[in-house]
Amino acid sequence: MTRRLKEIIIKRIFFLFACVSILILGLIVAFLFREGIPIFRIVSVRDFLLGGEWYPTFDPPAFGIWPLIVGSFIVTFLSTFIAVPLGVLSAVYISEVAPRPMKEILKPLIELLAGIPSVVLGFFGMVVLAPWLQDTFDLPTGLNIVNASLMLAVMAIPTISSIAEDALYAVPREFKEASYALGATKSETILKVIIPSALSGISTAVILGMARAIGETMVVLMVAGGAAAIPESLFDSVRPMPASIAAEMGEAPFRSEHYHALFATGIVLFLLTLAFNLIADYVSHKFRETGSGTL
Amino acid sequence: MEDNRVIKTKDVNFYYGKFRALTDISMDFEKNRVTALIGPSGCGKSTLLRLLNRMNDLIDGTRVEGEVLFEGMNIYDPDVDPVEIRRRIGMVFQKPNPFPKSIFNNITYGPRLAGLSDRVELEALAEQSLKQAVLWDEVKDILGQSAMMLSGGQQQRLCIARALAMKPDVLLMDEPTSALDPISTAKIEELIQDLKRQYTIIIVTHNMQQAARISDRTGFFYIGKLIEYSATEKIFTRPDIKQTEDYITGRFG
Ligand SMILES: Nc1ncnc2c1ncn2[C@@H]1O[C@H](COP(=O)(O)OP(=O)(O)OP(=O)(O)O)[C@@H](O)[C@H]1O
Ligand SMILES: [Mg+2]
Repeated sequence: MTRRLKEIIIKRIFFLFACVSILILGLIVAFLFREGIPIFRIVSVRDFLLGGEWYPTFDPPAFGIWPLIVGSFIVTFLSTFIAVPLGVLSAVYISEVAPRPMKEILKPLIELLAGIPSVVLGFFGMVVLAPWLQDTFDLPTGLNIVNASLMLAVMAIPTISSIAEDALYAVPREFKEASYALGATKSETILKVIIPSALSGISTAVILGMARAIGETMVVLMVAGGAAAIPESLFDSVRPMPASIAAEMGEAPFRSEHYHALFATGIVLFLLTLAFNLIADYVSHKFRETGSGTL
Repeated sequence: MEDNRVIKTKDVNFYYGKFRALTDISMDFEKNRVTALIGPSGCGKSTLLRLLNRMNDLIDGTRVEGEVLFEGMNIYDPDVDPVEIRRRIGMVFQKPNPFPKSIFNNITYGPRLAGLSDRVELEALAEQSLKQAVLWDEVKDILGQSAMMLSGGQQQRLCIARALAMKPDVLLMDEPTSALDPISTAKIEELIQDLKRQYTIIIVTHNMQQAARISDRTGFFYIGKLIEYSATEKIFTRPDIKQTEDYITGRFG
């Protein structure tokens, strides 16, 4: 009887803790929406999202975040484009190719990359990469899409690499043996059996890497250049959503239109990351269902 | 004089790191015969089987001493390509292990890697292999579906068909029926009987009746050593060695 009682109490406690975190999350979301929604009394949702001009402090102000959305997407996709091959290939190398001593050095090293504070990366982008880009390509500024994407890629690589590695590691040994027994070489086995079997897991890794990049603030604040205009080349400056929020929130008077507009930008960002996570979740579930050979 | 012995092992010792799993194995395997390997768990049957197509290469820290001759060539010679060996000596595993691909792609995986790319030929090969493995009638309409949807017995026959599609000379089978029900088992045993006309088959089994039913020659292993090796009928009726008799009659221990 007392044992059952203990079980019940423990269950309740865990339930309580779970509730607390959900409650906090709920409160934050509610707050975000409460502070963001009022802007739509001044501009329509359509004009807010698709408006091409972001002049929040002008008179009259313009609250169109389309350039910010474009900025966010462009640095996210370009960084993904850079980080995916590097992250996935390093995962393949670590899990399938590297001899054990190499594996034991590389794995923690890549994880260490994840531990670099983003402000340090931003600093590096500003002080090292920006002047180099500026000189090499003869640009007005080295703080631009390319710079931000490269720095974001450095941040996304460890995420992609470690999740992809888990997925590769989970490929049953039986598949590999079957492949070798049919006269496949190691590279054929990796390309035709191991990677396809881990594909959903690798996709999850990629999407989570993107979610990481789109929400990242400090790097884009420091090295994306901050121009709230639709870029015409990869060497133009942009102002991704998180950078805009972080840069302007301090100056926006409490509950002013500008303040509400920044919160509304936050809502957009929140919905986007939510979407990325839901897609990642969906893809990884699909993976689990068709994962391995069973009797 | 034609040599009927496709594979010969000469004084083979095999090590997993420091642990010696096989000791002084000298054994001949005859063409178009079914050879059964029996013995208690852990005695090295799978190790020997995997030694014959160099699957043990994939395990770190293993070492082979002695010679394994396949058609007169030592397959552990440094300039022998294990990929070539595995194409000619196929393997079926204890647990069915189809790829998470379609049935058709499972069968054609090996031949495609070996360079066959003509669609018509691949289809003909798939049909032929599936017929050989007595699976054709069950799957001919669902070749595009995932092999994972098949039952365990069907998956195992698919794995046999997949190995046959490589047109190997030798087929190694490691307890191919241990995970299957009696009906699937009977089907696979029948299949083995058919296949030996074209292939040399070496099969590991824990099922004494199975060894007696399907094999021509039987080798009994105990703790890494080949204790007795002769015609199946002799092993099961009047073995020379007491240990063999004890094992076969279940008085082992
Ligand atoms: N990868 C490995 N690393 C180290 N030792 C191994 C490995 N595989 C097998 N062994 C050892 O080698 C010996 C022979 O193993 P093997 O798998 O060949 O036995 P078996 O006769 O096939 O047994 P079973 O009938 O249970 O399948 C065992 O003592 C086992 O512990
Ligand atoms: Mg075994």
